[in-house]
Amino acid sequence: MNKLLVVSPSPHVHSGDSTPRLMYNVVLALIPALAVTLFYFGIGALVVTSISIVSCLVFEFLIQKFLLKIKPSITDGSALVTGLILAFNLPANLPWWIVVIGALVSIGVGKMTFGGLGRNPFNPALVGRVFLLISFPVQMTSWPLPIQSRMAYIDAVTGPTPLAVVKEGLGKGETMSALADQIPTHMQLFMGAMGGSLGEIAAFALLIGFAWMLLTKVISWHIPVSIFATIGIFTGILWLINPEANADPLFHLLTGGVMLGAIFMATDYVTSPMHPKGMWVFGIGIGLITVVIRVWGAYPEGISFAILIMNAFVPLINRYMKPSRFGEEVKKNG
Amino acid sequence: MLKTFPKGGVHPPENKLSAKASVEVLPLPQQVVIPISQHIGAPASPVVAKGDKVVVGQVIAKSAGFVSANIHSSVSGTVASLDPVLDSTGYKKPAITITVEGDEWLPEIDRTTELNKEIKQSAEEIIARINEAGIVGLGGATFPSHVKLSVPKGKKADVLIINGVECEPYLTSDHRLMLEKADELMVGISILMKALGVDRALIGVENNKPDAIAHLKNVASGYNGIEVYALKVKYPQGGEKQLIKALINREVPSGGLPIDVGTVVHNVGTALAVYEAVQKNKPLIERVVTVTGKHIDKKANYMVRIGTPIASLIDAVGGAPDNTAKVVNGGPMMGKALSTLNAPVTKGTSGIILFAENEAQRPKEQPSCIRCGKCISACAMGLEPYLLIRLSQRKMNERMEEERILDCMECGSCSYVCPANLPLLDYIRLGKGEVSAMIRARKN
Repeated sequence: MNKLLVVSPSPHVHSGDSTPRLMYNVVLALIPALAVTLFYFGIGALVVTSISIVSCLVFEFLIQKFLLKIKPSITDGSALVTGLILAFNLPANLPWWIVVIGALVSIGVGKMTFGGLGRNPFNPALVGRVFLLISFPVQMTSWPLPIQSRMAYIDAVTGPTPLAVVKEGLGKGETMSALADQIPTHMQLFMGAMGGSLGEIAAFALLIGFAWMLLTKVISWHIPVSIFATIGIFTGILWLINPEANADPLFHLLTGGVMLGAIFMATDYVTSPMHPKGMWVFGIGIGLITVVIRVWGAYPEGISFAILIMNAFVPLINRYMKPSRFGEEVKKNG
Repeated sequence: MLKTFPKGGVHPPENKLSAKASVEVLPLPQQVVIPISQHIGAPASPVVAKGDKVVVGQVIAKSAGFVSANIHSSVSGTVASLDPVLDSTGYKKPAITITVEGDEWLPEIDRTTELNKEIKQSAEEIIARINEAGIVGLGGATFPSHVKLSVPKGKKADVLIINGVECEPYLTSDHRLMLEKADELMVGISILMKALGVDRALIGVENNKPDAIAHLKNVASGYNGIEVYALKVKYPQGGEKQLIKALINREVPSGGLPIDVGTVVHNVGTALAVYEAVQKNKPLIERVVTVTGKHIDKKANYMVRIGTPIASLIDAVGGAPDNTAKVVNGGPMMGKALSTLNAPVTKGTSGIILFAENEAQRPKEQPSCIRCGKCISACAMGLEPYLLIRLSQRKMNERMEEERILDCMECGSCSYVCPANLPLLDYIRLGKGEVSAMIRARKN
């Protein structure tokens, strides 16, 4: 053996983990929810999802190639995840051109403006969604009814989301027991039989995705669990105080995209804290803001805004919520 | 629940391919190259000249201070040169080259294999003997052992910890030694206990060596105060601070030493060397070295004289296959890649790993950190590698010091887990150098 040896600093082995592996596992985790939404919303769901994914990939490619003049990295899976999550945040009857605008804002403004993957402070899909919500409030809040609208796209039969029914009803001074027959049962909510954005409806499918991401060590449990716990406890207290003027905590957890937001959007690596301590602060913050918006604010849902607001605090959280250093405790005690 | 350290850690594939291979004695090479600095501290001063005849066990370089160690000839023959040679770090280092002639040992060395359990020497005599025998930490850190045993005034050890963790993948030299030399090891531990004045010693062994754990438990029952603990398999448990935390739940303070929490840690190989030095009068002239690699046919553990060229070890397993691209001295997590196979085996050489072409290159670096936080979860010292690499790239030395960069023991867990394959540890090493220089400048 006379050739030169490879010399590099240690370590000489690697776990084999990679950014694409993480991203594609998120995609896999989204598949159950995608299947459910195709079942309930049929053609509309298929059209919106396809347009969203393709536009996100195309915009990322074009911006990287012609504006930034760097090697396009659309195969790393991150634009695919953004496309899927953006679609999951849209109603199934949204006109195609609005979806394309959403993708452009998500990828262009939300991600590439800041330098691409790893550098964006806000969740790109949510930037897109909130932009559309403010720009196209009518289209963004007309929700196709599940199953009935399966074969329709733009002309789908629409209706309000359960959360909107409750918000409006309570606003008019009605009681929860009077509203009970206008909203689905908890079991129906759990199975996704309600109007709403594509991917927010089926809690069980999103929870399967959560389990998959925990199993493949893509994310840790801290952020989703702290959000669920905060929303559960906060709305639980309100409900215990007055069950007629407040929806029960389980209803809050199963509606309005809490599952989708907590499991898939708040856990976005780039825009969430690095350490479990910070994740708790982040999750509790999201939970509190969500409930405040829902109960006292203008919007029925609130989690999208809550996540974006807490995204802005992430650098600060990372600065102060650090891991405890080894050897620190003993030093303090003497 | 098995004991382990709570913070961080990774579990790379163990690949203990040579675990079943009994220790074989490697035939003497034609020439040995013995560096005069094989330990942490001052290099030893040579006391032989070119042309001198030497025998096995004879001092050829004397310890040059308190933190230093004697160097002994590992062979008999003629001193061929005192010129610097390329060692395993890739730099030319002063060394003594000896041409081997026969195998003549100093007469006072007891070469029988008979077990000598009776410890006659006092603590001071033991420490002096260990110092004379040139014993250093054989786990790889090569810190002179007598220094650890000389407890500073005002401090006291109450327990001795023996490191049989061998958490680095591939390496099996300690494993074989625990299986094959358990009695000698126990006497060595008893000697160390006497030197330290403690009546309790804990041996920590990771649970991927059940045969060694069972055997040691069995043998330890015949000795006073020695307990064997199985530990959960987790890298870097062989790190001194992690092992202390795992076994006795004490945390060595940042910048402190194990003695600050009342303990001293020695490797099993060191304990065996202590037995041989004290009971058999044999200085540290040979050690067990694992030779392994996925693509080589024979995976082996050899008893090797210090100074033997690494090439001789590779020849002994049938030579390096053509697709060998990297040779690592030590474990895959912390070992050094060799630039030349003529580098000698030194006191700190625990293994030689051959990597084929498909294993030799680092995976391709991704454009950027995705802030997944896996490096933080992996760090056993509670540091934030993602932050340290950024600070190091920007040369923000004060901030690096604040973020405790000097606590890093360079175990490599952060680089191992990084999905973007960022060179985290490379930049942290650079940063540590900068920060250390800054602190030195501040003192002057």
